[in-house]
Amino acid sequence: MPSPNKEVIVVGGGLAGLAAAMRLAENGCYVKLVSLSPARRSHSVCAQGGINAALNVKGEDDSPYIHAFDTIKGGDFLADQPPVLEMCLAGPGIIKMMDRFGCPFNRTESGHLDVRRFGGTLYHRTVFCGASTGQQLLYTLDEQVRRLETKGKVVRYENHEFLRLIKDEDGCARGIVVCHFFNLKLEVIKGDAVVFATGGPGLLFGKSTNSTFCTGSANGRLYMQGMNYANGEFIQIHPTTIPGNDKCRLISESVRGEGGRVWVWGDSSKNIAFPNGEIRPCGHTGKPWYFLEEMYPGYGNLVGRDVGAREVLRVCELGLGVDGQMQVFLDVSHLSAEIHHKLESVLDIYAKFRGEDPRKVPMRIFPAVHYSMGGAWVDWPSSDDADRQKRFRQMTNIPGCFNCGESDYQYHGANRLGANSLLSCIFGGLTTGEEIPRYLAGLKESYTSCPSKVFEEAIQIEENFKETLFQREGKENVFKLHEELGEVMIKNVTVKRNNADLLATINEIKKLRERYQHISISDHNFFANRAFQFAHQFQAMLELALVIAKGALCRDESRGAHFKAEFPDRDDKNFLKTTIASYNEQEPQISYNPVDIRHLEPTHKRDYTVAKKMIPDIKNIPNNIKLPV
Amino acid sequence: MDKYILKIFRGTPGHQYFEEFELDVSAGDNVISALMQIRKNPINRKGERVEAIVWEDGCLEEVCGSCSMLINGRPRQACTALIENYLKKSNREITLAPFTKYPLVRDLMVDRSKMFENLKKAHAWIDTEGSREEGFGPLISPAKQEVMYRLATCMTCGCCVEACPQASNHSPFIGPAAISQARLFNAHPTGRTQQALRLRPLMGEGGISDCGNAQNCVEVCPKKIPLTDSIAAIGRDVTLQALRDLFDLPDRE
Repeated sequence: MPSPNKEVIVVGGGLAGLAAAMRLAENGCYVKLVSLSPARRSHSVCAQGGINAALNVKGEDDSPYIHAFDTIKGGDFLADQPPVLEMCLAGPGIIKMMDRFGCPFNRTESGHLDVRRFGGTLYHRTVFCGASTGQQLLYTLDEQVRRLETKGKVVRYENHEFLRLIKDEDGCARGIVVCHFFNLKLEVIKGDAVVFATGGPGLLFGKSTNSTFCTGSANGRLYMQGMNYANGEFIQIHPTTIPGNDKCRLISESVRGEGGRVWVWGDSSKNIAFPNGEIRPCGHTGKPWYFLEEMYPGYGNLVGRDVGAREVLRVCELGLGVDGQMQVFLDVSHLSAEIHHKLESVLDIYAKFRGEDPRKVPMRIFPAVHYSMGGAWVDWPSSDDADRQKRFRQMTNIPGCFNCGESDYQYHGANRLGANSLLSCIFGGLTTGEEIPRYLAGLKESYTSCPSKVFEEAIQIEENFKETLFQREGKENVFKLHEELGEVMIKNVTVKRNNADLLATINEIKKLRERYQHISISDHNFFANRAFQFAHQFQAMLELALVIAKGALCRDESRGAHFKAEFPDRDDKNFLKTTIASYNEQEPQISYNPVDIRHLEPTHKRDYTVAKKMIPDIKNIPNNIKLPV
Repeated sequence: MDKYILKIFRGTPGHQYFEEFELDVSAGDNVISALMQIRKNPINRKGERVEAIVWEDGCLEEVCGSCSMLINGRPRQACTALIENYLKKSNREITLAPFTKYPLVRDLMVDRSKMFENLKKAHAWIDTEGSREEGFGPLISPAKQEVMYRLATCMTCGCCVEACPQASNHSPFIGPAAISQARLFNAHPTGRTQQALRLRPLMGEGGISDCGNAQNCVEVCPKKIPLTDSIAAIGRDVTLQALRDLFDLPDRE
């Protein structure tokens, strides 16, 4: 029996957390929404280009099945297929829902939703709001949650950071320990289920396209408490960003979707291997060389992100980068004023930070860490599985502890297609909100029956750790250690990896872990102490960095975003499996789960050199799928 | 190497003071990257090791609204404040200070939660029967979408409120951002059906008549939202609503 109020905690105020909170409240739960920053400032705001759904509004005979095919293929067959299929089937319903909520999507002349093209597909299926789609979707859900808040169904705990999961004597989630950032007071929040929608770990790489609070520490802390982490090694590098001293700012894929072209000055004295193995000259000297269009005539500038990022790097390594630096041109200067207007917010970002107008001169861009396909392992019983009603979708290996959004591993396999992340966040959140009431109904007792020591012990552990951190008096500065972690992760665990460097990285992280014992927090103030906050986060960040590096070391193949020159091919025989990392004090223990490939044989090789539309043969579609929208 | 001074008005409520830091000019640096540089080795200009500075940040792309502060006295987002644009041969100093119209938390951080509370007063959402209904929303012309999108880019950063002479830490004025949100939702065909719920709270104290038409808000808005247009439009609608309420007429469609 759950608590009479069906109290559920949601940690994270981005798209996934808000979608979960909304659906939970609609399902009669009382939601305690905990977030590090005000929900409207969550990292979802940074998603620019759009959200995918096969609405088929351009008469292209698009369908959710083709969307699922593109997603599975784009992820190099590493994604479990049943959740991908249901996500794509739910896509049109999710767009309609957001449209009813008033999300200001771009329109066609007739007032219907407009769509644009994105990478990794030949169809126009990306719905958008200018070039700040994530911001608009986030605001729209935040508004709906605020409406529910005024009805007393949701209460917000903003500026509160999750530190520790509280498990009862049977190991079920019953609450969390949080720290109020303004005064560093620790507090217990209780509930009968806890949802984590805490985003990605971009900051493990120092500078990335992520917001400054995307440390991955919430998942890292859960991992240290026994939550399994899956496919950590799959980190997406976005091909087009503006490198900066504080972060790498995203230049949306929609820029290429709307006709932007990637190029460098050609040099016919240099040669490069094309995807088919042919060695060909790098364009003509003195003329623009549109290398993606030449190498991949089928998809051109809209190849999958992993492919795009690697080609940009390869071209720069040949010395063809603009001005000899690690940068290439992304050009929209030839496009119409109307298209410039559609891309306004992203072109403005470039103008603001580089002081040049991209409408007139080509932008200079380079790849950067962007997204984690990996994340918390969560369950997904398929609709027609015999034990469907006994298991819970989006639930981690810790009973009552759910996970969704970028922080779960489930929807993107080895590489995420552009504009699929917003969809997976909302879908994962809604799904979580559907599953939890059934989980609550099956509980024998509520948290109110838990012995108080369960909560007291948890908060005491955190009080002790807080005291320990404040007492450390070494010479190390945690922000400096973070910079060093970022440097080694960027160098060895991004676009190109090899086993010697990965091994060295693991040792380096362990050394950082040792040095972390000798930090001192320069700030002993108990108000809004960012140094303390980050020092606490950094412990979990180091553990998660080990998960990523070791996962990469153990995977001797190349698949999607994971590329090792020593093992350049996808190896389905040995590695068509999900990496599972479980916590160990020394280093993560790695094991593997089979990938659920019941709908589509992994026979299709990704080939972006030819543009061939095909009707995929999706098998074994359950006839009892019940979508959340 | 070229150097400059960051002069930061910092401290806790009742204990604020200026502290100066000297930094090297580095190409592409903005105020946030400069603050990040300081925290790796927080030593002030006098050579004293001091407490790391506290500020709010998030996306660093001017879409999240976190990093609002006063830079040389003007409210704006710190992430887009490029250091080089502020430095002149004669003046190598940039002053940072927290907003003054919200409760101070510490250093450059203030508590802007009243902005979110004001969104409740403004009924800033579309009323629906929830996420399980079916079908698309109403058709909207591209021209109308254009206006709505512009209004919807408001990131509740608080610059407009900080610049407004009518707003203060203690004044009940709801502020330009929330009024503009009322306009956004009244413009939506579904939202319009509930327009009275947005207009009535703006009739009394803290509402539309508290605006003194100084027009500072529109000057400082980082998103160039036509806030004064919003205030004028809502002003008219509030008057019409008051008349309708006076004569007990049913709400206009």
